[in-house]
Amino acid sequence: MVWLDLLLNALAAGILLGGFYAAVSLGIALAFGLLDIVNIAHPVFVMLGSYVAYGMNARFGFDPILTGLLFTPVFYALGVLLYRVYYVSFERKGAESLRGLVFFFGVLFIVEVSLLLAFGVDYRMVEARYIGETFQIGPVGIAFRLLVPCVVGVALTGALYLFLSRTFYGRAIQAVAQDSFALRLMGANPFRVKGIAFGLAIATAALAGALLIMIGPVEPAMNREYIGRVFAVAVLGGMGSIGGTLVAAIIVGVAESLTSTFYGPSWGVAVSFGVLLLALAVRPSGLFGR
Amino acid sequence: MGARSFGAVALAVVVAGLAVTRVLDNQYYYFAGYVVLQYVVLATAWNILGGYTGYVNFGTPAFFALGAYTAVVLIQSLKAPLAIQLVAGAIISGLLGLALGYLTLRLRGVFFSIATLALAVVLQTMFINWEYTGGARGITLVRPASAPLFGNYVQFLFVVMLGLAVLAVATAWWIERSWIGRGLTAIRDNEEAAECMGVPTLRLKLVATTVSGVLMGLAGAPFPYYVTFVEPTSVFDLNYAVNSLAMPMIGGSTTWIGPVIGAVLLGTAQQIATVTISSALNLLLVGLILVAFVILAPEGIVGLVQRLARRSGERTRRSGV
Repeated sequence: MVWLDLLLNALAAGILLGGFYAAVSLGIALAFGLLDIVNIAHPVFVMLGSYVAYGMNARFGFDPILTGLLFTPVFYALGVLLYRVYYVSFERKGAESLRGLVFFFGVLFIVEVSLLLAFGVDYRMVEARYIGETFQIGPVGIAFRLLVPCVVGVALTGALYLFLSRTFYGRAIQAVAQDSFALRLMGANPFRVKGIAFGLAIATAALAGALLIMIGPVEPAMNREYIGRVFAVAVLGGMGSIGGTLVAAIIVGVAESLTSTFYGPSWGVAVSFGVLLLALAVRPSGLFGR
Repeated sequence: MGARSFGAVALAVVVAGLAVTRVLDNQYYYFAGYVVLQYVVLATAWNILGGYTGYVNFGTPAFFALGAYTAVVLIQSLKAPLAIQLVAGAIISGLLGLALGYLTLRLRGVFFSIATLALAVVLQTMFINWEYTGGARGITLVRPASAPLFGNYVQFLFVVMLGLAVLAVATAWWIERSWIGRGLTAIRDNEEAAECMGVPTLRLKLVATTVSGVLMGLAGAPFPYYVTFVEPTSVFDLNYAVNSLAMPMIGGSTTWIGPVIGAVLLGTAQQIATVTISSALNLLLVGLILVAFVILAPEGIVGLVQRLARRSGERTRRSGV
């Protein structure tokens, strides 16, 4: 029954990984799905979050998740600022789509190389008491380094879902995606609402980065494999649907975990990009498309 | 520029390149010059799709690497000469370009760009797992010691790349002047409207993606003999994607001269920066310059010059009155 054990373990790891992928992809679901801002630099902000968690852990012994929570306001401010630059340079002129894309590509490059210059190409990791622990449920081993990110990721997804559906600003963000002119008639400023949404999107990267470095060691160029993953999840999840993002993240997580287990880890990355290509070619509106 | 003067300049460039190999002996200049010329090819190739048509391709590494790996396979299996490697690399990358062209049927704008990025990663994973071409460890190749008529093989590669650069620029120049170029511009401005006016958009896009793919494959095919060590991480490097897109954006993406200016300026600057500062820092500079240009001067250097010329033209006219 080795084969069955492998399968069960791969499934469990995939689902746990999926919870974490949801955390990484939420920012894209917000920025790309709801605001139409193609922030391909999002994964690199996740890396930035990882290195912040690493720095605080190595120097002060801070818990990575605590660091992630502490730095969400900083990342939020960074996001608001970035949106301002984007708005003034592109969106206001109505030339956003392709030049905006190139802009974020440049930002990706700048942040990545800056991380490279600051930390080098060596893999970095964090230390916390619970990271190495595992427990068994029957034949399935559950590692804490996967369980904690999954729980935090699902919690973050839930919080964002409640925010978007229950609060005034949350509803305004959903409204701005549909009709920013009508929103203006209702007395809300689309520029401010979009700024808040983009700030939130980048803020999730602080926490997602902390989770990422908990799962395994990181190096600056790692953001690239996450570009495909987050867009695969966002497109598959139906562009801006928060619940859909979680489901799609788990699908991608399980698919990758199964491929890694049965075909070898070097094929894992190709899965998410394959899913993305397939989703784009067959059903661009995603599983839960509007 | 008319056909005759363009031909004369192209000929002069090739003759100058050949003359240099008779005079200059320091190998470093050929190594550096090769890289700059390679960027001229890549930037021009990118611009035929990205600049004229407005389809932003992040997948330059995929085409470049496919050209390089085609050459690796030919060297490994048949010890094929460089000419055959070039032709085969061009065909294989051209076919990938054709496939990409059909993808534009379903994917427009941003989705197309993300798909090209995905394409590069999927191909990279395949080559990482393909043992015949060295897998993830890479493969070492032996460069021929010398080439006929040239004392040194690196000088020969330099001249080959020079020829490819002239070919690429001439292709772009020709496309820009023909009905194809006008059709591509129509697609960039408004694809639906172009289609309605009877512009054969699909056929034109297929031409653009295929020509772009062929040229990128040509740029990649001599690469194995140039570096003599090919591994997936270095041929699929994201730097190729960034540079081949940054150079036309900085030079000016609406004319054939824009990518050339961008590639020569940025390519040379990077070569100098790699020697004098550090390679990581010079990449940071590329990123900063790219972002600055996208925000401040979206028409690139060519656009800036045109704007200045127009302004000074107006001034002379006014002072003449």
